[in-house]
Amino acid sequence: MNTPAPQPEPPGDRLLDRREYVGVTEVSGPIVALNGIHNVGYNELVEIGDGRGNIRLGMTLEVSEGAAIAQVFEGTSGLRLSSTRVRFRGEPLTITVSPEILGRAFDGLGRPADGSPEPSGEERDVNGLPVNPTARDYPRKFIQTGISAIDGMNTLVRGQKLPIFSGSGLPHRQIVAQITRQAKIVGEDTPFAVVFAGMGIKHDEAMFYLRSFEESGAMGRVVAYLSLADAPSVERRITPRAALTAAEYLAFDLGMHVLVILTDMTNYCEALREISTQRQEIPSRKGYPGYLYSDLASIYERAGMIIGRQGSITQVPVVSMPNDDISHPVPDLSGYITEGQIVLERDLDQRGIYPPIAGLPSLSRLMKDGIGEGMTRADHAHLASQLFAGYAQVKNIRALASVIGEEELSTLDQTYLQFGETFERKFLSQGLDEDRSIMETLDLGWEVLSVLPREELHRITEEEIRKYYGK
Amino acid sequence: MGERIVGTVKRVVGPVIEAQCSDDAEMLELVYVGEHRLIGEVVRMRQRSAWVQVYEDTTGLRPGAPVYGTGEPLSVELGPGLVGGIYDGVQRPLDVLRARTGDFISKGVHAPAIDRNTRWHFVPQVQVPCPAKGGMVIGTVRETDAILHKIMLAPSASGELIHIVPEGDYVVDDIVGRVRSGDGETDVALFQRWPVRVSRPYAERLPQSTPLITGQRVVDTLFPVARGGVVVVPGGFGTGKTMIQHALAKWCDADLVVYIGCGERGNEMTEVLTDFPKLIDPRTGKSLMDRTILIANTSNMPVAAREASIYTGITIAEYFRDMGYSVAVMADSTSRWAEALRELSGRMEEMPADEGFPAYLPTRLAEFYERAGMVKTLAGDEASITTIGAVSPPGGDFSEPVTQHTKRFIRTFWALDKQLANARHYPAISWRDSYSEYVDDVSEWWEKKTNGEWRSLRADILSIMQREARLERVVKLVGADVLPDSQRLVLDVAALFKNAFLQQNAYDKVDAFCVAEKQYLMLKVIMVYFEHASEAIARGTALATLNKLDVMRDMMQMKFECGNEDIPKLRDLLARVERAVREYTSTPA
Repeated sequence: MNTPAPQPEPPGDRLLDRREYVGVTEVSGPIVALNGIHNVGYNELVEIGDGRGNIRLGMTLEVSEGAAIAQVFEGTSGLRLSSTRVRFRGEPLTITVSPEILGRAFDGLGRPADGSPEPSGEERDVNGLPVNPTARDYPRKFIQTGISAIDGMNTLVRGQKLPIFSGSGLPHRQIVAQITRQAKIVGEDTPFAVVFAGMGIKHDEAMFYLRSFEESGAMGRVVAYLSLADAPSVERRITPRAALTAAEYLAFDLGMHVLVILTDMTNYCEALREISTQRQEIPSRKGYPGYLYSDLASIYERAGMIIGRQGSITQVPVVSMPNDDISHPVPDLSGYITEGQIVLERDLDQRGIYPPIAGLPSLSRLMKDGIGEGMTRADHAHLASQLFAGYAQVKNIRALASVIGEEELSTLDQTYLQFGETFERKFLSQGLDEDRSIMETLDLGWEVLSVLPREELHRITEEEIRKYYGK
Repeated sequence: MGERIVGTVKRVVGPVIEAQCSDDAEMLELVYVGEHRLIGEVVRMRQRSAWVQVYEDTTGLRPGAPVYGTGEPLSVELGPGLVGGIYDGVQRPLDVLRARTGDFISKGVHAPAIDRNTRWHFVPQVQVPCPAKGGMVIGTVRETDAILHKIMLAPSASGELIHIVPEGDYVVDDIVGRVRSGDGETDVALFQRWPVRVSRPYAERLPQSTPLITGQRVVDTLFPVARGGVVVVPGGFGTGKTMIQHALAKWCDADLVVYIGCGERGNEMTEVLTDFPKLIDPRTGKSLMDRTILIANTSNMPVAAREASIYTGITIAEYFRDMGYSVAVMADSTSRWAEALRELSGRMEEMPADEGFPAYLPTRLAEFYERAGMVKTLAGDEASITTIGAVSPPGGDFSEPVTQHTKRFIRTFWALDKQLANARHYPAISWRDSYSEYVDDVSEWWEKKTNGEWRSLRADILSIMQREARLERVVKLVGADVLPDSQRLVLDVAALFKNAFLQQNAYDKVDAFCVAEKQYLMLKVIMVYFEHASEAIARGTALATLNKLDVMRDMMQMKFECGNEDIPKLRDLLARVERAVREYTSTPA
């Protein structure tokens, strides 16, 4: 088909180069290609008029002399080659930040979605800038979530990024809601502000979260960016960045401690794959683009603390594992970037254990510096290590028992099975509203450990055994 | 060489740009792109086009923007002031950038890698006139408590040194000497430049014979690495690659450590920055930061600079090697570097090979690992670079291209095991899948330290671990109860070895670092116990009786209770173990 050459319109009102072009040369999925344009920058914002008075936003993905390729966040349906109008804004996508954003809900591109007007304030580039590693403050402040499996064995600290690896049907929602409700720093009473980014999740799921924030009275401290399942998928590329831009503002400009919930990162990655495939880029694993790692890092690395600034950003992303496969590229690459992971296990869930946090594959990398004397309790590290070791043994013995039968096990092995059962029922298991203090969690840990004979406790010092064992 | 405009931007695709070029752009030339003067490097030329990989974010870059050529390849600055520093992938000093632009790294900021204002106390070591030779040391600067910085002539120097300044304080670009050769006279400053993609010359390669003692028992005793050797540490996430790299950076007995954080977490670099200055090097008694140089190109920093970071790191390492030092390079993680290569290759629309990686991946890996080695320097000293590269295989699957190709160029393989990590057995180096080809090279060194026992002790314990693996298969089917005591002893001793010896707590004051002699004695204690216990069992003693002995607990705790200075305590334990078990071997069978 013969495409009409785009016509430069008269200069825009503000800038000389804010020209409008009519006509595009190609539309393919969310991507449009344009010819005959001038002076357009890489990664800049594009406004696309569909000829019926609606403006859609997009971003340039590639620019060359006289041509550009852009992705359209709101989809390309209804666009015509000849009558589509394109205007280049000459700046990257920004969102508005100000104290007024607290308590508000925005769409995936940062525009109001709650019927209230656009907040007034400063415009910030959603892409942010990398934090200079020398400016980072090393996270060491223990966050008490009130959940024993997390506090006791996979401790979360302020400024950490600790994702929840979940599967379809597993209760990550409840756990995230419980963490946001209960998270606090012992001895401080400033509550966390919550920035919530919903990507590709269903309406009822988003409602569940918002309602739970509301019920806990946190709504005034919540900012939500929602790009729900029926929103165009490419919009999701922006959503977590918009949310983190808001979080950086709240944390580093206003000095608040911010908890960022990103759900679901797997949906985000699918959007990335969609765009990459449309552009016919060379795929790496499972069709995901080769730069998935760098792209995810540009999101996850926006957690942390900065020397000399008050606030902090703690991230709890939700990553769903397709088919419960932890080696799927999305959880796999996430695990390489985040500082640990909380893994949910279907087997525990089916046995009615809430929260079904898998004992062994879960890990918090920053735990070692956030626990111990003066932070939690001196015995914490050894206790956790012993619980892990004991539970690993339980897993081995269970495998053995499934072959030879429980009756054939040695007495010691049977004691281990009993320990495993007690650990899951007493320590892991807790109520949706049960907020355990760290001391309760640690004491519970010792109670469970006391099922084992003391000779089995290799990772604990004599002194700790005297002080806590069997008490 | 003057700066000149070599072309204009034609196309921007993420970190790669295509530029319309005049003829005089050079391959691998360092260029500045656009009004922000983003740092870039010419990586391909065709007809009148040049492809430039840009080391900074290209957002907002437009076609038509000028490209300035510098006439030089991407180089590093080498001179006093490097040690204790932290740099990004193209050697921009991160602390200086922070002072200049704040907590976030903005675009187009330039700063010299080594500070031009610090005055260093230069002590000449030669008298002029004297013949000039490449790599010759003409003077020294006390850079840190641990490092005496030797000021060397460029490797290509020849002719006669005709001038040298007297002892005194100088800044790095002061002229301290002058060389006259057939081509005229050349000034010598306290610092020099070297292109990162070219390895620095040395006189000859030497065989490896000394182990790099890391203080990690599983490494030194089971899978040692020689000075000048290359190791790869592959492991899925959470298996402790970074923990091992950190432990080695802290405790290995190299003179200087270059730690390259390549596409990894920002907080990990922060951890090094906060911990190392507080830690004391057990050998020199000085702060660890006094022998450490950090290259931090974290995962969220520009991907092209990540590709450059390992070259920047290894070139700095070579420079210190040329002074006669033993240098250790930690590259964490080479997979991220390979991914950067893949991304850039994809953007240049090159034909992909395995999993999208470019076909030249193995060539690049080989080039990097071959820059390690034990050498005689141009100045005639023995010096070495030992490279320890981490690999992050997707899904923990070692059959992926980066792990597989890397295995061709290395001689020690520390396979990290997910199951060990899950049970919090650290370091999670699998004794089944790992190997070291340096065992023969270093055994002479060890034999001297251990009365000629090292080889046999090591072989014995490995055979126990192998028997354990076989027995484990039986146990999985029928349980341990049916095994005779002699076989259960093998299982018990293997467990003892795993818990008391292989596991090492990186955060424990006593256990974090273990000297060679302590490693030897600990192993000996375990093997002596096994030997006597086997005999006792053969003579009819029940295993349960032996398990009740007091020395069992002492063996379990010996790593914590006997410090590196308490060698007599370990010898005492050895004697006690022997006595305790021998009681049961004296009765006739």
